[in-house]
Amino acid sequence: MAYQCVLGEQRYQFQDLKALMARATPLRSGDCLAGVAAQDAQERVAAQMLLADLPLKTFLNEALIPYETDEVTRLILDTHNTAAFAPVAHLTVGDFRDWLLSDQADTVTLQQLAPGLTPEMVAAVSKIMRVQDLIRVAAKCQVITRFRNTLGLPGRLSTRLQPNHPTDDPMGIAASVLDGLLYGSGDAVIGINPATDNYQAVTTLMQMLDDVIQRYDIPTQFCILSHVTTQIEAIHKGVPVDLIFQSIAGTEAANTSFGINLALLGEALEAGRSLQRGTLGNNLMYFETGQGSALSANAHHGVDQQTCETRAYAVARHFDPLLVNTVVGFIGPEYLYDGKQIIRAGLEDHFCAKLLGVPMGCDICYTNHAEADQDDMDMLLTQLGVAGINFIMGIPGSDDIMLNYQTTSFHDALYIRQVLGKKPAPEFEAWLQRQGIFDAQGRLSTGSQLPGAFAELNLNLR
Amino acid sequence: MSDPVIHNSWQLLRRFTDARIGLGRAGISLPTREQLAFQLDHARARDAVHLPLDEDALQQQLHEDGFEVYRLSSRVRHRQEYLQRPDFGRRLNEASVDYLQHQANQRSAPDTLIVIADGLSSTAVAAHAAPMARRLGAALNHEGLRPGPVCLVSQGRVAVGDEVGELLHARSVILLIGERPGLSSPDSLGIYYTYAPRVGLTDAARNCISNIRPQGLSYDEATDKLMFLLMESYRRELSGVQLKDTSVRKNTSGLESSKQNFLLPGKH
Repeated sequence: MAYQCVLGEQRYQFQDLKALMARATPLRSGDCLAGVAAQDAQERVAAQMLLADLPLKTFLNEALIPYETDEVTRLILDTHNTAAFAPVAHLTVGDFRDWLLSDQADTVTLQQLAPGLTPEMVAAVSKIMRVQDLIRVAAKCQVITRFRNTLGLPGRLSTRLQPNHPTDDPMGIAASVLDGLLYGSGDAVIGINPATDNYQAVTTLMQMLDDVIQRYDIPTQFCILSHVTTQIEAIHKGVPVDLIFQSIAGTEAANTSFGINLALLGEALEAGRSLQRGTLGNNLMYFETGQGSALSANAHHGVDQQTCETRAYAVARHFDPLLVNTVVGFIGPEYLYDGKQIIRAGLEDHFCAKLLGVPMGCDICYTNHAEADQDDMDMLLTQLGVAGINFIMGIPGSDDIMLNYQTTSFHDALYIRQVLGKKPAPEFEAWLQRQGIFDAQGRLSTGSQLPGAFAELNLNLR
Repeated sequence: MSDPVIHNSWQLLRRFTDARIGLGRAGISLPTREQLAFQLDHARARDAVHLPLDEDALQQQLHEDGFEVYRLSSRVRHRQEYLQRPDFGRRLNEASVDYLQHQANQRSAPDTLIVIADGLSSTAVAAHAAPMARRLGAALNHEGLRPGPVCLVSQGRVAVGDEVGELLHARSVILLIGERPGLSSPDSLGIYYTYAPRVGLTDAARNCISNIRPQGLSYDEATDKLMFLLMESYRRELSGVQLKDTSVRKNTSGLESSKQNFLLPGKH
């Protein structure tokens, strides 16, 4: 069905729903590259006005990517909860924005609504929201998950300790792990991106991180971010595995390019749960996403990159993950050109995921060929902190020497916690205090000496 | 007055990693010295992306090493476009296509072709392309292979090498390109190798040798790897995922070692 309107002298026409969604999207380079962006600023607003008048129900009757050929569409429509949707079923996209901003939409109401929302509804409303809207509504959402600690509680902000090393050298990784722990990082996960997907290298790192967590009795979990099939193989061979990682996208074709499908993710979840390693809860999947992944796999079906991204959250929530994060600035300037586009995308991703009930974090990051710098990251970090982000990355001095990009540092996490009065996950916070890393008031107290159980370490070993 | 910066004794662990550990803190923030060191590294990486390659100087160096040089351009008109339109950087502009078609009619097909593109780091290409080409030229001659003219493509992406190779009817293409600069590695050169190059191939048809720079892979190591791939490729008449580099076993000593890890004393 075509959509049209007249603004002043100009008639605007959009040939179908996905064209309307794409042209209503705030400017970003990836949509220009795909040829789906609005031609000019006025056409964008015309599309936003038409989108605002669209009943939310439309998205249940008109699939952007055909049901017959895409298993993500089938997942979205087959698992839609009509009863949960009922409170907003009569609203248009524009009314839905007003409702979300009203006092009626409180934390509990939004939690109950989540299964009734589809990614397309959530993406649509985000396109007509300002940054402060994205922040304010997300701040009302609460998604709490558990494995060996409790993540996503109000007043808490967690970090993934990311001790990457270009050759997966265990000593180099151990050095970054120790540095991170002594700066209070690692409650979301201690997670390594291995330099290769080599089975032996991956399982060596799994064993090492398991040893570290057990020796120091750290209430956290580890993950080696290799392909899901490598991690399933490790489980079957008796290697310790806490969280199971996989990159996911919002279309079946893009997931195929990652070498995965929904059945394989289900198999992974089952294998992980069979180990029963979680002490407080059973959330054990860790997913990463990012706008532009479907386009870069030439698997976007003419759908804008932000809507494709939001569809990935439907994949994520189906598997009850502990952690999901958007690696927002990693993909490069052909998808998100500058700090402005990266910041908006990070806030959209967080808002959309939280509204869908996904435990969202963000890799607040940029590459050196993007028009962005540390100031942009500080802005996004501060805004996501206010919006109630579940977790961010923590890396020594913001410099990932393996992946060659910049993300948030251990220091950055301490900054955002201090200015917003936030704390790590409660179980991890208690551990930091027992170790003498934090003082009784929750302030970092490590100085030049190694504290607690680390005091006996011989750092001069060759 | 006491030093407002709290220093970290575990900084000595930096002998195990280039990661920025043990930076110390001013309150909970980065000390001035570390903050400015980061800014300098970011400035170097930014300049590697944005400073134009001095192609005249590179051409001069290549001439001195006895290479004939063709100067070509992709369809990209300026750097902002290069960064947002990878599709334009993968194809030659019309003038370059005409020029190569004309040249191809005048000369015999080369055994292989060295193509140099600025890519995302002019710093890497300025520093490493000429010495790398010199070593490759010598190694190819040693095998009795005649490389054609060195083709210098401005604002080029990896795939542009395949179009150059196809137009000159080259049996293979060796593309030298500036890699996406890291904060600690702004000058890293990459080599992409394609057998039977033609427009439309994907990365699956190419072999990559990455991280060529003084602190990474040396020119000689890179030359050995490339020559191994090329000779295997000529024997099997293919390149890409089916052609693995088995020349050098990856150094896994760190992984397999029974060395004691300082963080796990008593464990082997």
